[in-house]
Amino acid sequence: MRIKSQKDFFAGLMFSAVGVAFAVGASNYTIGGAARMGPGYFPLLLGIIMAVLGMAIMFTALTVETADGEKIGKWAWKQIFFVLMANFLFGVLLGGLPSIGLPAMGMIVAIYVLTIVASMAGSHFVLRDVLILATVLAAGSYFAFIWALQLQIQVWPTFITG
Amino acid sequence: MDLINNLSTGFGVAFTLTNLLYCLLGCILGTLIGVLPGIGPVATIAMLLPATYALPPVSALIMLAGIYYGAQYGGSTTAILVNLPGESSSVVTVIDGYQMARRGRAGPALAAAGLGSFFAGCVGTLILAAFAPPLTELAFKFGPAEYFSLMVLGLIGAVVLASGSLLKAIAMIILGLLLGLVGTDVNSGVARYSFDIPELTDGISFVAIAMGVFGYGEIIANLSRPEEEREVFTAKVSGLFPTKEDFKRMLPAVLRGTALGSALGILPGGGALLSSFAAYTIEKKTKLHPGEVPFGKGNIRGVAAPEAANNAGAQTSFIPLLTLGIPPNAVMALMVGAMTIHNIQPGPQVMTSNPELFWGLIASMWIGNAMLVILNLPLIGIWIKLLTVPYRFLFPAIVLFCAIGVYSTNNTTFDVWIVGFFGFVGYLFFKLGCEPAPLILGLILGPMMEENLRRALLLSRGDWSVFVTHPLSATLLGLAVLLLAIVLLPAVKSKREEAFVED
Repeated sequence: MRIKSQKDFFAGLMFSAVGVAFAVGASNYTIGGAARMGPGYFPLLLGIIMAVLGMAIMFTALTVETADGEKIGKWAWKQIFFVLMANFLFGVLLGGLPSIGLPAMGMIVAIYVLTIVASMAGSHFVLRDVLILATVLAAGSYFAFIWALQLQIQVWPTFITG
Repeated sequence: MDLINNLSTGFGVAFTLTNLLYCLLGCILGTLIGVLPGIGPVATIAMLLPATYALPPVSALIMLAGIYYGAQYGGSTTAILVNLPGESSSVVTVIDGYQMARRGRAGPALAAAGLGSFFAGCVGTLILAAFAPPLTELAFKFGPAEYFSLMVLGLIGAVVLASGSLLKAIAMIILGLLLGLVGTDVNSGVARYSFDIPELTDGISFVAIAMGVFGYGEIIANLSRPEEEREVFTAKVSGLFPTKEDFKRMLPAVLRGTALGSALGILPGGGALLSSFAAYTIEKKTKLHPGEVPFGKGNIRGVAAPEAANNAGAQTSFIPLLTLGIPPNAVMALMVGAMTIHNIQPGPQVMTSNPELFWGLIASMWIGNAMLVILNLPLIGIWIKLLTVPYRFLFPAIVLFCAIGVYSTNNTTFDVWIVGFFGFVGYLFFKLGCEPAPLILGLILGPMMEENLRRALLLSRGDWSVFVTHPLSATLLGLAVLLLAIVLLPAVKSKREEAFVED
């Protein structure tokens, strides 16, 4: 047996797996009957439907011929890593991590780190340009979010503002 | 006349200084993201949702609506000048618009798009104002069974008319519905799928999912593609106005596009994207006049019709949202989110309980369309300059706005982790060829659907036949089955696939 559409096959697999997971999860809650539905009824129903749909998608992926095999292709690990890392560091710096005793560094530091790390996901990285961009973004965010919209976000590191 | 009365209330609301400013801001932002390829109205509205907390609800909705229809104007500029769709709904504009630009007729192409959009926007708004009240009357006759069937029809419509594989789209909807169920069940108080994480008992923030999938997911996908050579026709925009000949060709095309767009916008799953595809297909079917440039070589009708249609569709897709409370596409799903943030339950009661919001929003669309013509025609030079900003400056800014936006929704870093997770999920969807828009629709409709299903079956004592014995509900379900059947017909199936690979 040969997979004729790689994209569809793995999409189907994903749907089936998630469907089964939700259905199994739903069995932990009261199911109830149609007239008196418990919290588990609707998710169980949907989970089963999704698992079946996923299998149908896998089945078509194994039977319906496609021109190029619809390969998934290479994963953009570098881009995934830097974009998600930028996001993660932004969260850590902005809010701090109380569990390991890391204080909040505030918005300005977080913006610089986010911009630098995110820029590494691109194909050209010119530090000077990135720093200019980060400065523009930091100033713009301060103006838009703190000054104009007055959002409650910590701007400077805790050890400066106390 | 009620309509006149209502509209004057609306203009009274829309013409206040604050609301005019927010309308302008929305239109500018809409044009901006429309012009910039790689960021669309869904991601932008998701980013700005948290920022609208502080605004009065009318101003917030006026601004968010402006972003959606403003993007329809901006998208055409990029399509014509850079040969790239700035917005998914201007994919077909690229075909003839770019060819016109290459022949030194960028000006008339831009004018055709702008004026066509303006006309269509005005008509679409008028239809919205005229059709909303009677539809609202109908909506009050709906019980839980009817609502459930209506949502089924809406979701089926959304996948049938969307591009790509039908099975995968339905699976994406169900995934959305399931994700929407995470959190405390309102009937029993049980926290479902929360894994004892306190933040999850309120449900997964829908802003975080939308931004992760549409923001981060798309950025990663965009970055993984090799950079295209952009050829911008900046110097060649001269002589903005179309000739008399152009006008003669444009006018019927704009009229056809407007009619088609208005009709398709109302349908579940409709809206700007579908309308522009359909309008271009229809124009291609009509006979060419003697001496007219063929399609694909720079025919002005190929620009005017889809641009008129996408703007008309953008306006009329507000009808199901405002009258029935059912979002027909992903942008409208976000508008539901915006309304709930401000404690407004979308649905037929909005018109009676918040008339100034309802009519103010509609009136603002007229004003917005007028602003957009000015923004997009005389001020076109500014937007052209923007096109020269490289993506490597844009994407870190988008990452930042997503991260700040999602953090400020609840002022918690937990949502920042969630948006990162869904960023990866969004890229996974891209890799596996799964359209994310149906997921957002399902996400919004999940809790509503469960609630109505429960109520309907409680009233019928567990008898499922209630959905087919109530005439209204039976009709709606019948329509959904009919839609599915039509799409699965072999003849239509091949046509549908053809229509969506046309770019």
